[in-house]
Amino acid sequence: MYGQGLIKGLSVTFSRFFESYTEDIRWLFKRYSKVEFHSSKDTRGTFTIQYPEERLIIPEEFRYVPFLVYDEGENGEKNIRCTSCGICAKACPPQCIWIVRTSDPVTGRPLPQPAEFYIDADICMNCGFCAEYCPFDAIKMDHDFEIASYTRNLLNKERLMKPASYYAGIRPKNNAREEAARAEKAAAKAAKP
Amino acid sequence: MESTHKSNMATPVLTETIDLAAKFPGRVTPDARPGYSGWMVAKEALVEVSTAIRDELGYDLLSNVTGVDYPEQSKLEVVYHVYKTTGGPALTFKTQTERVDPAEVPSLVSVWPGAELQEREAWDMFGIKFTGHPDLRRILMWEGFEGFPMRKDYKEPFHEEDNKPLKSRWPEGKHSYAEARNPYGDNIMFKPGFDPEKWTPTDPEEALYAALKKYKTEEKDGIKTDHIIVNMGPQHPSTHGVFRAVVVLDGETIVSLKPVMGYLHRNHEKIGERNTFLQNVPYTDRLDYFNSMYNAWPYALAVEKLMGLKVPERAEYIRVIMGELSRIQNHLILFGMLWNDLGAYFTPALYAFEERELILDIYEAVAGSRMMCNYQRFGGVVRDIDEANMKKIKDLVFERLPRKIEEFDRLLSENEIFVARMKGIGYLSPEDAVAYSVTGPTLRAAGIPYDIRRADPYGIYDRFEFDIPVRHNSDLLDRYLVRVDEIRQCLRILQQAVKQIPEGPFLAGKPQYQVRVPAGEVYGRVEAPKGELGFYVISTGKGNPYRYHIRTPSFINITSVEKMCVGTKIADFVTILGMVDIVLGELDR
Repeated sequence: MYGQGLIKGLSVTFSRFFESYTEDIRWLFKRYSKVEFHSSKDTRGTFTIQYPEERLIIPEEFRYVPFLVYDEGENGEKNIRCTSCGICAKACPPQCIWIVRTSDPVTGRPLPQPAEFYIDADICMNCGFCAEYCPFDAIKMDHDFEIASYTRNLLNKERLMKPASYYAGIRPKNNAREEAARAEKAAAKAAKP
Repeated sequence: MESTHKSNMATPVLTETIDLAAKFPGRVTPDARPGYSGWMVAKEALVEVSTAIRDELGYDLLSNVTGVDYPEQSKLEVVYHVYKTTGGPALTFKTQTERVDPAEVPSLVSVWPGAELQEREAWDMFGIKFTGHPDLRRILMWEGFEGFPMRKDYKEPFHEEDNKPLKSRWPEGKHSYAEARNPYGDNIMFKPGFDPEKWTPTDPEEALYAALKKYKTEEKDGIKTDHIIVNMGPQHPSTHGVFRAVVVLDGETIVSLKPVMGYLHRNHEKIGERNTFLQNVPYTDRLDYFNSMYNAWPYALAVEKLMGLKVPERAEYIRVIMGELSRIQNHLILFGMLWNDLGAYFTPALYAFEERELILDIYEAVAGSRMMCNYQRFGGVVRDIDEANMKKIKDLVFERLPRKIEEFDRLLSENEIFVARMKGIGYLSPEDAVAYSVTGPTLRAAGIPYDIRRADPYGIYDRFEFDIPVRHNSDLLDRYLVRVDEIRQCLRILQQAVKQIPEGPFLAGKPQYQVRVPAGEVYGRVEAPKGELGFYVISTGKGNPYRYHIRTPSFINITSVEKMCVGTKIADFVTILGMVDIVLGELDR
């Protein structure tokens, strides 16, 4: 019969249409917990979510413009982990990292601390190489993707610095793994006479 | 339905060795440079030798044509990679010409018509003049552009240094904006003596329109009719980006057609030659941005071959799993967008996007980004797939996707309007398909079971059981059905892969940001969802590739579009172009 294929196809559309209502009723009073269900294999009905009231769960590995990690000292001082070794600046594909090394004012020898650290976030392609190849776990990829602004995003050291606790919060698994590796290294160093 | 449309193409075992030098004494010599392979053909004998390669040796598919610049030897080289559609490794041959203007090389369009756009690209980028080419114009740059960008002595605006990493970034990296550093003062380079104030423009499109068939006025049934030229694009919703086609119409029927491209050109290859080897990996994601998981694979294959790296088992499986998921979501987008083109606005497209979302969720959780995955590394992948994500993948490939593919099939495949719009439209004969270097589903819909996963297996594809879907009518409907079958075969591969995947390391050696790549040339290719994707890489042993060329399926498949369109209605052009499956990031590079 001519038109059979058409009807067959429309039956799919119709069942989807029907499903969107039954699903709405099912999630009527716990609408915002639907997000978790959203990315499971059984998801049905209306697929979209109501951003910004509802938000997708950001997976741990999600990467956005990098930040610099600092450890909080006992008196509230910020001990930046970066030693300004320059590996991130060398690995960066669009070359959006600028580092000024600190020199000792007396001897002129380099100190393991960046005097300035810029990331041109307009050029950054969020590839994550800087975080991947940093030997000191000092630069990490962020989860904060809402950085729309009226000016160009040239991030300086002050804007880039975030505490280690923030990092542990967004990437708990990675942080635990790195902490363990650091502890092991420290133990090996201590064991050496 | 499925069982009648598959081919159990076997990987050919090649025993013969081809000695071109003995066959053409004096005209062909082996390429003896260290790390290089293939044959060096004297340019006077090029057409004769390549005709023999095609007719006598059976290398019918011209895969890749590209130029290489050797300013030290004062030579320009053209490299050709040819394959047999029955499978097997490549035959590489090259020809050299003096690096003077004009550098002339005979065109091979008469032997392999598929060389047309690729030779135009080599002319555009290297200034190699192909004598006998029917329509040698610039292709990615605009007419009137000064210089040949891929030559080693070309310096682009904002040029800082020849190679990355740039020395100004560390240890005294005072940030400055690029425009402040521009050595030319502005973003344009002019001919010597050119004064923009006194310039009177000529029609830059003159050559383009001249390349189309001439306007014709004729008497038909007592009415005087004209051919008209219609520019479709670059801003046209059906071209899926900034692609432009200039068509000559007789009423509604297409008389001739020329693709115009380059609106999204960013000279990926020049950027690639400035980058270090590793820095190219995230850039490849921006080629075919729907399949960023697949894009870096041939590049990784090529560089691994040069480095002699062995990829761990688990990494091979992860590559297959991610790659096949990518193929599924690519075809789903194509179906959805095809229906958009046909007028079923966005309902099927969004049905397709749902499944794609679930696949992208996995990419995001594993690789860190939905589209710009940056997942491949030399010798493996960057991150393992953990338990939770593996479970998600299993759920998808065993439960949800098979169900949804059937639903999709029910929604679309038998729809009478759809069939009427697709059946018999856009015919391309199998001979033409091969001659025009068409690869991917379009070639398989023409009845030729050529799939690199079987023809010249890479990775671990030789371990899986799957069929190569083939159709024989070579119209739009078959190109659609081949892709539906292909998704089913993807699921078969995925089901085997997630069952077999072993534990173990996912990256060979330690992660390194500066890899040592021995000198030599290499061509790595894979069956990407859109066709053959190949990377031609030359290393000189330094930190940056000397030559980095990408053979992209979108770009080369578009060569055959005129052949498919002539004689059909203008409305069908939209569908034909949709089924060629172009993506502009890859077409324009």
